[in-house]
Amino acid sequence: MSFLLSCPNCGPRDVNEYAYAGEVTSRPAASPDLRELTDYVYFRRNVAGVQREWWYHRFGCEIWFLAARDTRTNEVLKTELPASSTAEAMQAPQEAAVPDTPAT
Amino acid sequence: MRLPAQPGERIDRARPVRFFFEGRSVEGFEGDTIGSALFASGRRVFSRSFKYHRRRGLLCCSGGCPNCMMRVDGVPNVRVCTEPVREGAQVRAQNVLGSLERDLLAAVDHFGGPFTPVGFYYRTMIRPRRLWPLYEKFLRNVAGLGRLDEHAGRSRRFDTEHRRAEVLVIGGGRSGRRAAGSAAAAGRQVVLVDERGAPGANGEFEVLAPARALGIYEGGLVPVDAGSVLYRFRAERIVVATGALEQPLLFPGNDLVGVHLPEAVRRLVDEWSLKPGERAVIVSADERGLAVADQLQRAGTSVVARIDLRSAPPRQLAARGRRGRLTSVVVDGRELECDMLVMSGGRQPAYSLLAQAGARIEYDADRGIFVPSDLPPNVEAVGSAAGELEPAAVPAASFDAAEGAGRCFVCVCEDVTEKDMKRAIAEGFDSIELAKRYTTVTMGPCQGRLCHLPAIRLFAREHEADEASIGTTTARPPWAPVSLGLLAGRGHEPAKRTSIHHRHEEAGATMMWTGHWRRAHSYEHAGNEALHVHRAVGVIDVSTLGKLLVQGPDAARFLELLYPNRFGDMKVGRIRYAVLGTDAGRIMDDGTIARLGEEQYYVTTTSTGADTVIEWFEWWNAVWGLDVETVNLTGALAAVNVAGPRSRELLGRLAHVDTSNEGISYLDAKEALVAGVPCLILRIGFVGELGYELHFPSPYGEYVWDTLLEHGADLGIRPFGLEPQRILRLEKMHILIGQDTDSESNVLEAGMPWIAKLDKDDFVGKWALEHVQERGFREQLVGFEMTDGVVPAEGGQIVLGGRPVGRVTSARLSPYLGRAIGMAWVPPELAREGAEIEIKVNSGLASARVRLKPFFDPDGERLRS
Repeated sequence: MSFLLSCPNCGPRDVNEYAYAGEVTSRPAASPDLRELTDYVYFRRNVAGVQREWWYHRFGCEIWFLAARDTRTNEVLKTELPASSTAEAMQAPQEAAVPDTPAT
Repeated sequence: MRLPAQPGERIDRARPVRFFFEGRSVEGFEGDTIGSALFASGRRVFSRSFKYHRRRGLLCCSGGCPNCMMRVDGVPNVRVCTEPVREGAQVRAQNVLGSLERDLLAAVDHFGGPFTPVGFYYRTMIRPRRLWPLYEKFLRNVAGLGRLDEHAGRSRRFDTEHRRAEVLVIGGGRSGRRAAGSAAAAGRQVVLVDERGAPGANGEFEVLAPARALGIYEGGLVPVDAGSVLYRFRAERIVVATGALEQPLLFPGNDLVGVHLPEAVRRLVDEWSLKPGERAVIVSADERGLAVADQLQRAGTSVVARIDLRSAPPRQLAARGRRGRLTSVVVDGRELECDMLVMSGGRQPAYSLLAQAGARIEYDADRGIFVPSDLPPNVEAVGSAAGELEPAAVPAASFDAAEGAGRCFVCVCEDVTEKDMKRAIAEGFDSIELAKRYTTVTMGPCQGRLCHLPAIRLFAREHEADEASIGTTTARPPWAPVSLGLLAGRGHEPAKRTSIHHRHEEAGATMMWTGHWRRAHSYEHAGNEALHVHRAVGVIDVSTLGKLLVQGPDAARFLELLYPNRFGDMKVGRIRYAVLGTDAGRIMDDGTIARLGEEQYYVTTTSTGADTVIEWFEWWNAVWGLDVETVNLTGALAAVNVAGPRSRELLGRLAHVDTSNEGISYLDAKEALVAGVPCLILRIGFVGELGYELHFPSPYGEYVWDTLLEHGADLGIRPFGLEPQRILRLEKMHILIGQDTDSESNVLEAGMPWIAKLDKDDFVGKWALEHVQERGFREQLVGFEMTDGVVPAEGGQIVLGGRPVGRVTSARLSPYLGRAIGMAWVPPELAREGAEIEIKVNSGLASARVRLKPFFDPDGERLRS
């Protein structure tokens, strides 16, 4: 991976400055049954095509934002702050994307 | 041994340079390469081939072929034909058992033929199987090229630099320089990458030299190897001017010493004023090859024959030699005595970088070469790389052999012969990509520069297909060989040190890593330090704790959504232990949360968890959009924990606050001056004794540390390290995240059900915890004490009826209790007070008893006292 990604704050930067945090998922609104819960926690669509996904500008301004990226070509069609789109309100962070650090 | 001064000569005859080859002194001139100086000293054999250990000489003399790879000052696989001479350099032959002249492994060439056909490692030396260890030892010894000095360590420093250019021109030949010049004239900022030549700027554009572009990657990234610096270029426009590659001809004996490509002759004569041989034959498909007759004439070499493949191509062509050196060439039955043969099969555009960038590579049947087309936007090809080449004949895929002729090599890097290729095809490897993997043709050090086109021509002929339908193999980076050190960059080992770090070193502490932090493991004896905390007072540097300030009108709601606990009902000035979880119910981190104000909380995290936790906080709030801010104070604040029965007395001497049990009760947070330093005092008890965590601005670290030690001297204060802290916390069954928990652990099964307020409307992980409660526990985290003195290994198995049913996560000998204690995950039926369990240890099984309450001070009386 060596493409450029445009941070909503900082502009185009090398992808190595960011942490990728997986596709956008939707957190159940109310108490889910076990199937809904496991779908939400463990299952991903993993599309070959345009995917909405989370990125974090870890070695930059430290902001979370959303990107629309074509997973086949790594072409980034759009990046935006989550606040700019209210329909995004139910999207949830996922633990798998946060790197495990051995805690002490 | 040099010719009179040549017009384009690169050497400075006034400046001799001396180096050593196999320990013997060799003299060259400034401007020589190691290869040219060795050639001048009379050396013609430069290496032994990969598989057959045949003698090889300067075939291309331009850094493309593998024939001159040697070990220079300990660095293997240096192409000495392009490596400048350096005073005192130690040059040695590689891949030989003995010397270049007498290589014992050359036996493979004479006797190994039937045993070492293509892909031999898949079928010979397999049986009998019991001999495999012997075969393996032999193969490992002879396989590979060059040897690394395992004890050399890091001898050079490599750096990475990120660069931008409006126009990046790759290749410093005529076309490249012209393209760079016109882009510069149009006002663009231009950088030119040149394999040869000198670095600098010529007034128009910047020149990086000697430097090589390694590839064109996604997003137009071009890494450029400039020796000790790897430039990562992003350019608006990339101009590829990599030129064309001289192609060899396929005939028996085409690898003999004395067979050259035209450029080798040109460089030997023009640049280093060397006479390449006495009698030469030229066989060429283009004018370029025939034109070296000029150089040969100037050098005094007689040209025995000039064979122009465009007008009168022979059917038969073979070279004969003695002891690996060319002695004659047979052309259609006519034997010509000679000691050098210049062969030219025309030139092939060097399209690899363009292919990597996404260009289509098509076969031009008329010219018999592959040319790039459909270049991606922002990438341009100029000159020979684009296919602008002088007309040339398409040579035969291979020439007929003469009687008694030797091997005909398709690939000199990996010693792949025409016979090997035919055999692979006969065995059914009918795709060029598969045949490549099987025969390893194009996979050697030249990366297909000399063998790609000939291999495809041969493949097409044997298949009776055209080259266009065979296609090319995939061109992958790196296009030029690169040392791993350059790719690795500078050796970074970042270390975080607390502001009290030097005091620990001065006190002779053993330091250890926890994540990126350097921490004191212990000062003298971990057990004694732990005992001392129980008996008097100890102090430990806990500045590594993550420290976050969470502030805003929604702060309470924010934390209640993130954590299973409740925080809104906390009084200002109180502290609660908190465990952070995920929606899968997994434990991520733990720490304490103190309410400093109505809208202000002070959150501590584990030492290595701070960054992850703050990212996690901000991620969720990117979704929730609550009115709350998180500030990371980890580096800004230092922290020490003063613990032990006498800690109150010590704090009383230094703090401007009532330190009585009523003044600061257990789980109180108070802001006060301690030794004149503004501190946040947290009365918590990770180590089980009465204790106070002092958090204060980092610059006061050493001052506060010194003051505590000074004013506590009569109380017997002693510093303690991380290891005694681990003993102390284990006595209290306080868990360590990542040590006692893993990616399956949740707070319920980890024995902390009081943490999870499942009656809250929502929090991250609520549903998963509800599910755990519903399904029932599968395992539980419990304490255990050994009935004898054995301390089991962490990770050791809990055994029930001979089957593993659980695992030990922590185990220590507690000097205070005089027993070995630990924590373990066990099945729920064993998670009851006093249950007997067996733990696997080195000597067999050891028995232990389950404990559910802390070993030390089970009711927390010491903590609250």
